[in-house]
Amino acid sequence: MDIYLLEAIINRILLGGVLALLALGLNLIFGVIDVVWIAYADIVMCGMYALYFLYAEYGVPLPVACLIAIIGVSILGVVVHLLIIAPVLNSPPLNQLLATGGLLFFLQSFATLLFGTDFRNIGVRLPILEFATMYISFARLIAFMVGLIGAVVLYLFLKRTYIGTAIRAIAQDRDIVGLMGVDQRRIYLVTSAIGGALAGLAACLLALQYDVHPFIGNTFGPVIFMICVLGGLGNMIGGFAASFIISQIIAIGGYYSNTEWSYVLAFTFFIVLMFIRPRGLFAR
Amino acid sequence: MLSLASVSAGYGSFQALFGVSLEVPKGEAGGVIGPNGAGKTTLMRVISGLIPMQEGVMTMDGRPVGGLPAHRMVEQGIAHVPEGRRLFPRLTVEENLRIGAFIPQARARFADQLDWVYTLFPRLKDRREQAAGTMSGGEQQMCAIGRALMSKPKVLLMDEPSAGLAPLVVQQVFDLVRRIREEGLTVLIVEQNVQQVLDVVDRAYLLEVGSIKLSGSAAELKNNSFIRQSYIGL
Ligand SMILES: Nc1ncnc2c1ncn2[C@@H]1O[C@H](COP(=O)(O)OP(=O)(O)O)[C@@H](O)[C@H]1O
Ligand SMILES: [Mg+2]
Repeated sequence: MDIYLLEAIINRILLGGVLALLALGLNLIFGVIDVVWIAYADIVMCGMYALYFLYAEYGVPLPVACLIAIIGVSILGVVVHLLIIAPVLNSPPLNQLLATGGLLFFLQSFATLLFGTDFRNIGVRLPILEFATMYISFARLIAFMVGLIGAVVLYLFLKRTYIGTAIRAIAQDRDIVGLMGVDQRRIYLVTSAIGGALAGLAACLLALQYDVHPFIGNTFGPVIFMICVLGGLGNMIGGFAASFIISQIIAIGGYYSNTEWSYVLAFTFFIVLMFIRPRGLFAR
Repeated sequence: MLSLASVSAGYGSFQALFGVSLEVPKGEAGGVIGPNGAGKTTLMRVISGLIPMQEGVMTMDGRPVGGLPAHRMVEQGIAHVPEGRRLFPRLTVEENLRIGAFIPQARARFADQLDWVYTLFPRLKDRREQAAGTMSGGEQQMCAIGRALMSKPKVLLMDEPSAGLAPLVVQQVFDLVRRIREEGLTVLIVEQNVQQVLDVVDRAYLLEVGSIKLSGSAAELKNNSFIRQSYIGL
């Protein structure tokens, strides 16, 4: 196989790790709360700004800055739930869409107002690894590993703990979990906090590779939604797998032409698949 | 143990229960019978807190408990096996049982409680790693009852546990109800299977269009001519 193609594929698999993390968060929230957080990518943007200011402006050591950013976005997730999601929980889906869509415009405008439209980089220069004459981004390698660890920790949490079991249960039958002594509102808060923490973690990983600006969410938000729908909304394993499929389509398309065309290819693949398997690639 | 006085409830502006009163003494079993749409499930939902009580008084051991949400009712010692079993189909049998022990008191004695449930239902132990939704109807009913028992309740509510099961399995379910009674639990059971439920309960209530039309000891109701004509079909 062509070494450059292999290089493109490996670099994209690595990026797929971060997308997978975001797909997990979005699917978790959708599965449990039954609301799509349209503004999820913009919540990631907030995390990137938090990391930028903590690390690049105030000189907080990187690991500490990451931790604060993750906790901060996690709290932001809870606030978003309390202020925006909870009031529209029993409203028609269109109203929910408008509420979380409104949040998207709010966050983008607010960030523009506060920080301007400058592209800012946290300025961490990570080396490019040379491996068997291929060039692999170290930032992406880290992002991939951390993303994978995040996914495994989430899996163990959902599988092994009482709260995790309740989170899975509520996604299967929300009306009766109260009979098990589970307080639905508390599970929603925990889920929003986890969804926020995943967005915060993704923000730290993305900030290593990309500049932050108020509209950065637009560059990967649509891809995450496509991934989630492709994997079957609410299906965490499906979304996880779809992240890598879409990443690969973009990698291979980008290799044979350019990035713009690779996105066209990915979305075409998506649309065609939606006709063949409207409920997602991994519909049960 | 469990007592309801003039309880009313409904869904939005639709009233489904009109001043229902009933009493289940400690260690006894009560039965609620009545036609479809009479409000039996609504009654169970009110007791377990799934829907709010609009009027009336409900007490457990003399303490008022009306108006608490469902997750707080479990802490009061009320467990509810819902109509249609409602297992979490993609969780394993053991995960379904684990979620039944969600409240802190129950988590602390999870292992003991699990042993007890597995002794009552050895079949569940064989299938502990299986997804609950893939089991037979009878096994799912056992799992649903087991899940409710995991919280170590004082009162067990069962909503049509024999519905949709093969005749032989129906018999097993009623045998189970007897076993559970022997374990000292207080039981309130809703059933369409009037003949058989009257054999396992001490006292029964006939619910029609949201009100209690008749009540009495199981023996009295078995010999009541109205019940015999309308519900037992003799
Ligand atoms: N979720 C609901 N929303 C509105 N009305 C309901 C709901 N559930 C039941 N009802 C109505 O309440 C009445 C009693 O229903 P239910 O308690 O389910 O009766 P039963 O269990 O005796 O068959 C019926 O008229 C039914 O249509
Ligand atoms: Mg019913």
